[in-house]
Amino acid sequence: MGEILEILLSASFWAAVIRIASPLIFATMGELICERAGVLNLGIEGIMVVGAFAGWMTVYSGGGLWTGVLVAMLAGMLFGLLHGTLTVPFGLSQHVVGLGITLLATASAYFAYRLALPRVTTPPRIEAFQPLPIPILSELPLIGPALFNQTPLTYLAFALVGVVSFVLFRTPLGLAIRAAGENPAAVAAQGLSVTALRMGAVMVGSGLMAVGGAFLTMSAFNSFFFEMVNGRGWICIALVVFGAWMPGKALLGAVLFGMFDALQIRLQQTSIGADMPYQIFLMMPFVLSILALVIMSRRASVPAALMVPFNKGER
Amino acid sequence: MRLEVIARPSPLRLIGFPAIALGLTVLFGSSLALLAGANPFQTLGLILRGAAGSQFALLETLNRATPLIFTGLAVAVAFRAKLWNIGAEAQLYAGALMAVLLGTGALGWPSGLLLPAMAGAAMLAGALVLLGPALLKTKLGVDEVVTTLLFNFIMLLFISMLLEGPLKDPMGMGWPQSSRLVPEARLPRIVEGLRLHWGFGLALIAAVVVWVIQSRTTLGYEMRAVGQNKQAAEFAGIPVGRVIVKTALLSGGLAALGGFSEVAGLRGNLTLDLSPGFGYTGIIVAMLALLNPIGVVISAIFVAGVFVGADSMSRAAGVPTYIANIMLATALLTMVLAIALTRFRVRWD
Repeated sequence: MGEILEILLSASFWAAVIRIASPLIFATMGELICERAGVLNLGIEGIMVVGAFAGWMTVYSGGGLWTGVLVAMLAGMLFGLLHGTLTVPFGLSQHVVGLGITLLATASAYFAYRLALPRVTTPPRIEAFQPLPIPILSELPLIGPALFNQTPLTYLAFALVGVVSFVLFRTPLGLAIRAAGENPAAVAAQGLSVTALRMGAVMVGSGLMAVGGAFLTMSAFNSFFFEMVNGRGWICIALVVFGAWMPGKALLGAVLFGMFDALQIRLQQTSIGADMPYQIFLMMPFVLSILALVIMSRRASVPAALMVPFNKGER
Repeated sequence: MRLEVIARPSPLRLIGFPAIALGLTVLFGSSLALLAGANPFQTLGLILRGAAGSQFALLETLNRATPLIFTGLAVAVAFRAKLWNIGAEAQLYAGALMAVLLGTGALGWPSGLLLPAMAGAAMLAGALVLLGPALLKTKLGVDEVVTTLLFNFIMLLFISMLLEGPLKDPMGMGWPQSSRLVPEARLPRIVEGLRLHWGFGLALIAAVVVWVIQSRTTLGYEMRAVGQNKQAAEFAGIPVGRVIVKTALLSGGLAALGGFSEVAGLRGNLTLDLSPGFGYTGIIVAMLALLNPIGVVISAIFVAGVFVGADSMSRAAGVPTYIANIMLATALLTMVLAIALTRFRVRWD
């Protein structure tokens, strides 16, 4: 127990918690926007891979860091456009299309990587985002290094939660997006285009997922390698459910997840970890995600028209 | 725009759109080859030759198709009842694990007893792996897409733990691999001297059995009814929850047989690279087959051919082998769209 307490009281632990949560926040917000509009986006895992690759590749070939983020976002939106076109106006199965997008996006990123670097065995590193300490605040004990000595992308992730929350719940646009996911017929009756709202939500959401992926290569690992997203996209889908489709609660979920993940990494190096296979620790994030889904299952707050295609003039 | 149901689609529509989808896939693949600096015709030719150009290539393709038939059937059975089993990967490994547990000398049985026991245990394990998510779905309403996906990662870590722990081969020079199966636990080859094992035969039998279940039994009817309209099925007195659980047991069992067949027929032991995503590829196989069990056999052979062909093409022409995954994902997306367009007319108003 003493060892766990020692970990929980270290500043580096809390800094890691926030760092692990950051990419998940971007992608979770992206998925949340899609689902609020009524579209389940299972392309998330592959779109994150594409974002990770596009951002890294831009910087590797001489582009600026923010250009990399922008390119990643545009690449994500492109796949979002494909996903949206197939699932919204054509109303195809969101499960099948989403998984197809994940396969297509992942394979495209790997193909492009192999094409650009045919014979590389150790992935090249880039000069990534550096921590940007916020004056005075970063001096605070424990919270300082955790919250105020992170890279700009982390600050952006937290700001994003506020923006998404504001737009969804305080603006007419947000109301229209939410209505598209709850009662699309009512939206159409108001003279608004359900198709446009859903397409827009899927594209913006996919862009954010790609930025989440780009965080991995541009603010965490500083290089691109295969299998690096490693199920984070699926975990974000669980986080949306855990957060009951509310941005604030989803943020809480991502931070909680970051805590458990940072804790399991550190526990591996303690006496507890010495007696246990490391795979048990690596399993924890996935087990916890399933547990979270089970615990939250009783709350019926799913957008009513999630996964229900809308076809104008049909009733 | 809106979609209008076509009451009686013309034959031109029924053949035309899927043909366009296939054409687009080939066109897209060619442009990728061009992008990689290779001659597209030569690239496609090499893929074709690598997949079916010789007896060796053809048998290699059928060998690769074997696990895909099993995972494709698993997905087809589940998707037909709208049970979104994305966890065929985990179920396949569960089957492989049982094959290794029983087949490495624990039972001193003759082949005739041992192989059925291994297959049975594999099916049971795979069924149990999917039973959890199925019960969570029917009892608590937990979405099975996410749970089955997350289970894939848990299962792979679990196998990795066993391969570095209790199941580690003492003769394996430190590699994380299991001991080899005893000779009695190996599936024999179909024709002596040719590299094609009985797992392929078992896969064909499984496809026929699934077809019989789906088209000739009450359970098959109930699965279809639940998949088409859950409320209506419930109203008609079909026990929806129980049908979903039965579907899950069948689906998980089928995927697990794929693991048994890979271990007992091809590899002879269990390693972490047993499946390069057979479970996920099974989704493509099942969708291209329109969830028809006999179609699954054909589409699995086609998909396996693309993979085997791309591997050999990649060695010769230098186009990254990921081109296979891109082309198959493109085929999947264009084909689901094409199938929809055979049934709907797009109205722009």
